Order: sequence, then structure tokens, then C-alpha cells
Amino acid sequence: MSQQNALKDRSMVLQKEMIARHFARLEDAPANHEPVVYTFVPGNLTELIRSFGALPVLPEINALQSGMRKLSGDFIAEAERAGHSEDVCAYVKCDLGMVKAGNIGPAGTKLPKPDLLLLSYTGCYTFMKWFELLREEYDCPAVFFHVPYQGDGALEPQHRAYMIKQLKEQVIPALERATGRKYDEERLRHHLALSASAEDDLVAVLQSAKHKPSPIDGYFGTVYYVGPIFSAFRGTEEGVEYYRALREEVEARVAAGLGPIVPDGSLDDQRYRLVVEGPPSWTHFRDFWKMFTDEKAVVVASTYTKVGGTYDFGFRHDPGDPLGTLADYCSGCYTNLNLPSRIDMISNYIRDYEADGFVINSIKSCNSFSAGQLMILREVEKRTGVPGAFIESDLVDPRYFSQANIKNRLESYFQMIASRRQGAGAIRPDAAAVA
Amino acid sequence: MRAAVVDWAREIYEDLDFTTVQRWLDDHPGAKAGGYLPVYVPREVLHACGFLPVGIHGGGDRLEIIRGDAFYQSYICHLPRSIIELAQSGRLNMLSAVLFPSTCDVIRNLSGMWKLLYPDVYVRYIEVPQVPDPTSAAGFFESELRHVVSDLINVSGHAPDAADWRRSIALYNEMRAVVRDLYTLRQQRPWDVPSEELYLLLRAAEIVPVEEFMTQARRYLAAVEADPRRPRDNSRVVIVGAFCEPPPLGLIKSIERAGCYIVNDDFVLGTRFLTSEVSLTDDPLHALANALVHTELRTSVLYEGDSLRKRRLMKEQTEASGAEGVIFAAPSFCDPALLDQPMLRRGAEAAGLPCIAFKYSENSGQFQQFREQAGTFADSLKLWSAGAA
Repeated sequence: MSQQNALKDRSMVLQKEMIARHFARLEDAPANHEPVVYTFVPGNLTELIRSFGALPVLPEINALQSGMRKLSGDFIAEAERAGHSEDVCAYVKCDLGMVKAGNIGPAGTKLPKPDLLLLSYTGCYTFMKWFELLREEYDCPAVFFHVPYQGDGALEPQHRAYMIKQLKEQVIPALERATGRKYDEERLRHHLALSASAEDDLVAVLQSAKHKPSPIDGYFGTVYYVGPIFSAFRGTEEGVEYYRALREEVEARVAAGLGPIVPDGSLDDQRYRLVVEGPPSWTHFRDFWKMFTDEKAVVVASTYTKVGGTYDFGFRHDPGDPLGTLADYCSGCYTNLNLPSRIDMISNYIRDYEADGFVINSIKSCNSFSAGQLMILREVEKRTGVPGAFIESDLVDPRYFSQANIKNRLESYFQMIASRRQGAGAIRPDAAAVA
Repeated sequence: MRAAVVDWAREIYEDLDFTTVQRWLDDHPGAKAGGYLPVYVPREVLHACGFLPVGIHGGGDRLEIIRGDAFYQSYICHLPRSIIELAQSGRLNMLSAVLFPSTCDVIRNLSGMWKLLYPDVYVRYIEVPQVPDPTSAAGFFESELRHVVSDLINVSGHAPDAADWRRSIALYNEMRAVVRDLYTLRQQRPWDVPSEELYLLLRAAEIVPVEEFMTQARRYLAAVEADPRRPRDNSRVVIVGAFCEPPPLGLIKSIERAGCYIVNDDFVLGTRFLTSEVSLTDDPLHALANALVHTELRTSVLYEGDSLRKRRLMKEQTEASGAEGVIFAAPSFCDPALLDQPMLRRGAEAAGLPCIAFKYSENSGQFQQFREQAGTFADSLKLWSAGAA
């Protein structure tokens, strides 16, 4: 147990140090003349940004961190006073409120102004308006990278060609202008190779949840695990080191037959295995997680942890095709997949990870995720025979987290799974948990 | 004659069974009807491939939602549940194809739902190009259209030849010219072209064959000239934000009756998305793509690459239409309209333009609050104008 804690500590310490260093570097970036590029998590081009020696800033990460630090409510109120509707994305309002409040980031350090807004338009309409709004605040150049949606369930060749053309003709020249450096394809290949290495380790971590007990929580715990690869550290040595350490730590847990570390300790005795669709509620993250762990429920797979890349379905960044692989990556991010593909993914997770059920956390202010989720619920139930639960909250707007309501729904849901299991047991005593 | 045209349009608008479409299909054995959602789909491609293009704009306040609410949470706008209601009740069974443009994430995701619910219907999500570089954008959109046309031909069995393309493109060029005439006339003499009537005509244009619309619209224009009305002392306003989920007719009437002449708006915007003629001599799909990427139209569903242009937009629109103020009327939970509104409003206020804002839903049934708000706004515009004078 002590060795397991030491290994876990190593990945946590590593991540904490990485993030602290990154934000300190960002704060000093203007003084050190290091260019800064703002971009989004889905469809982020971190390797390309890094290849120009620039530092990425991801506004969604800042917003969710503000939510976890209980700052988002005030930031959102500030944005709404400035005329932003209560109906729209809470991330946007939180970010704008943070900018108005002095742009102090999640690490308590000041965030620099962007030298470039790289609008990777991947899987979310709001991104387009978000950067139009930020452009008003910063009065800086912006470049638009249009990633076509997989409306027919696959990346179409003409869409891939369109993305590569944009990278060559728009994005790379914009980065050259913003950073004063020439495009260096070898440097990009180097970062892409590092990405692929980290991605291998991440996938091993994600798929470890097929074990019983699962050594990880595939949602609440995994949002921490994907943090480095979804943000500034994909394609870096630090990222590779982090994922190697994480994988070792998780494999040690598998060998020891241990579950993940959750808010109240180690969850070794796992009563329910679940799949979750939708982002978590960041303002009540710990309370929300505890509603699961109190019932000894572990999440074995989730869709939210694929918004920054669907690596567990085989994609790896390919240094042999540097621009093509960036196009492939962007196109495959979860919210860029059409509804039938999302249903397939959830159904496959339920089957492959032998889940007892699935929970949809529907986010009030995120149409990209939420529109169509009631249909996802019905279709997945129909295909898998596994019951689903539907709860509602918001990303970082604390007004929309109704603790009692969500807790009641989840408790009822777990009771229902338990009674189904008992019913199945009464008919077929040797039956395993509902799968 | 004016009343007859308006009654014709109103009947089509109120007919949630799409009788006109069914009648057209009966009269054209073997032909197909193809639907499209707001905001912009080039109807020329449906038309040339032998489809009757049919705009799907929901059921408004005339449709009771029974099945649609089971598909959408309360915090999703009203339009998709209304469209699902129409579909699930069998009213859209006559559509062999439905095109979903990249207006927002709700319409985008609805395309996937349609694939699952109606596997026999051809469904295509159409990406409107967003990149500011016109060459790249046009090339992309042209390739999108080629894909769609190839699929539509498979559905309809009709491969358009050069003459078909010329005919379709010419017809829709003509239609847009007629719509421009209507808008110009309303702008010049809003007392002669009430927005209620103009709106009904545009909604009818989304359903009937394009030739029929043009006949009726020209009759309407002639009737207006033959029977001019007396101007009232109303204020002139622009309505912004109603480009997708349509406002209920009662809302438009309420604004007008409260003392506002609507001299520009973004209702049924797809009818005016292209601001120049589509070339009849170029390759047709290249010409359509080119016309889109060179449109002068600025709307929330398109990326605005020029921040100064965004700030100036309300000033430009009001100056062009002679409006004194702006009414931001957006559907609840509409991402494009509501995310854009603070930027547009800042620009308007910086230019000294009075503004008000409210939200509606296509099935809003109570208009008193809108009328009071619009009435107060109209009064204040007159006061400010008087003060300025």
C-alpha cells in the first residue's frame, strides 16, 4: 500500500509541478519575449504551437479551474452584468469575467495577453463566438481553423484536404507572424513523436478500467489524467514522463488488485461499474464524485475524457505525416463526432468495460454535448439493455447544481440497478452483474 | 388583390400538414420533396436535382408539442422540438431528403437524430465555410455541394444537365431580386408593406414552388403600388437575432402595433443570404460557392474576421435602412444570437444607437410584455429624435 501511495504521489507531484512551472512561465512570457497562443482543448494544435516555441493557453481549462476554486460564480455574474445572457455557455462567461477581474489564472499567476488567438473550430459552435469576444478584449490577431464535423460518421477525404490546406496557407503563416519564427517541420515531427509515446501510455491507463476492480476512475479520476495531454503538455518531454509514471502507478494498482484513490480513500470494493456521458459539474466536483463513491460506484469509461482526443480507438499522432495527422486528430475529437457515432461509442464502452449502467450528466449551457442526449439515452438503453440515468447540472455555473435532486436521482438509479441484479439473480443464480 | 395574396400566404403559413407540398408531389409523379433547416442551404441544388425545396421552420405557436419534449431538455431552444413534433406526427413524411446547415450545435446534432429516426431519408449536414480566405472557403463549399448533389441525384434519379442548372440558378436569382424589391419597398414605405405581410410572404416562399411565390409576390408589389396607405408617426427599427427560430407572427404584429416600423430584419434569412447574383455562365456549383463566400451579408452564424466590421455592423444596418434604433430579439437558448448580442450591442451603443433586447420562443403566446417594451422604446426614440432636432 505504501509503495502504491508513493507511485501515485509521483504522478500527482509531477502534474502539480508541471502546471506550476507552466503558469509561472506564462506569467513571465511577456518579459521573456515568449509568444503566447490561446486555443481550445478539442482540436488543439499543441505540437504545432510548441514547434514555434510558443506557449499554449486554453481558456476552457482556466474556466473549469475557476469552477473548482469556487470563483466561477462571481466571474459569471460579472459577465452577465456586462450583457451576456444567462442562456449561453458558462465557460465563456467565466473566462470573460476572469479577464475583467485582472486575468489571474488558476495557479494564482497573471495570464499574459495572447499574441495569437488560434480558433480551432472543432465540435463546438460557441468557440467561434468565444474568440470573437476575446478578440474584442485583447485586440490581437486571430486565425480561424475550420474542422468540418463528421456528419456522416467519418472523416471525408475532401474535409481532410481542406484542413491541411488551411494549416499550410492560414495557420502556419499566422504562427510565423505571431512568433517571428519559420515553420520547422522536423521540430513538429519531434513533438508529434513525443505525443504518440504519451498517447500509448494514456490508452494503457484508460483501458486498465477493464480490470475488476478497476484501478482507475474513468471519469472523475481521469479528468486529472487527461489534463496534461489535453492542455499544454502534449508533445513535450514532461508529458511523456508524466504518462510513463502514471501508467506504472496504475499497473502497480492492477497487480495489487486495488481500486482508484477517491475522495474517501481507495475504492477497492466496487459495487457498480458505470459509463458516463457529458462533462462534470466543476463547481461541485468533489460532492458529485462522492455521490458515486458513497454507493461504491466506479466509472470505467467516459466520453468527456475524449473531447481532447479519442486515442483509445486507435488514433496516434503520426510524425510521418505531420499536417495530415493534425487534421485526423482534430476531426476525431469526441464532440466532432455525430450522434450515431457517440451512441456507438457509449454502447461499445458498456460492452467492452462490462458496465452495469450509464449516466448522462446533461449540461445546461452546452448545446454541443446536450442537444440530443435524451435520444442517446434511449438508443443506448435499446442497444445494450443496460439502464441509463439522466441528471442535469452545469459546467461552472453553481446556480444549476441541485445537490439534493442529483443525489436522489443517483440513489434511485443505483437501487434500480441493484434490484435488477437481484431479479436477474433470482432467475439465474449464476448470472454476473448486468452487462 | 393585396388581401388575396396575404390570405394565400397566411393559409400556407398556417397549414402544418404541408398540403401544398403534397399537392405538388401528386401533380408531379416521381418527383421528390427535399427539406432544409435554417439558416442557409442553396435551394438551387435541390431544385436542379428535381426536388421541391421545402423550408422546415417548426410549427410556431400553432403546434402542440406532444412528442418533441421527450427529445429535448428544457434548456434547449424550442425549434428542434417543434421540428421533431412535425416529423414524429408524420407531417414531414413526404420529404425524401433533409439538409441540415451548420447553423449551430443544436441543428448539427439534430442531423444525427434524423439519421437514426428516419433511416430511409437522405440526411446531410452541410458545412458552411467559415474561413475568411475566399478561395479556400469557396473551394471547400464547392466540394461540399458536389458531394450533396451526387447524393441527391441518387435519391431523385434526376441528374441535372447544364440547362437544368441555368434554369434553377436563374429562378433563384430572380426570387432573391423579388425579395429585395419587397425589402426595399418596406424600407422606403413601411406603412405600405407591414412586416406581418412581408413575413407571411417569406414563409410561403419556403414552401411553394419558386415560380408560384414570384407570381404572388409581384401581385403583392403591384397591389401596394395601386393602393398606397397613409404613413403613421411610427419609429423605425431594425430587428436582429431572429434568423433561425422564427418569431411568432403575434410578436411581429405586437412590435408594429406598438409604434415601430420594422425597416430591416433577419427573418427567414436564407432567402437573402446571397447578396449578389449567382453566375449563369460559370460552373454552377463553383458559382454557388463563390456567391456565398462573397456575400455582403453579416450574420451571427458566420465568423466575422474583421472586428471593426463587427463593431460597425449595427451602425451600418441602421444607416442603410434609415432606422433609429435596434431591437435585439433572440430566441431563448439561441447560441448564435445570444453570444453575438453583447458585441453587436456594444457597437450600437458606441454609435449612439438606442437599443432594447428581449427573448422569445416560437410558441410564445403572450405578447403584452413585448408590446409594452416596444411601445416604450418607440416613444423614447421619438423623444430622443425630437431632442436631437
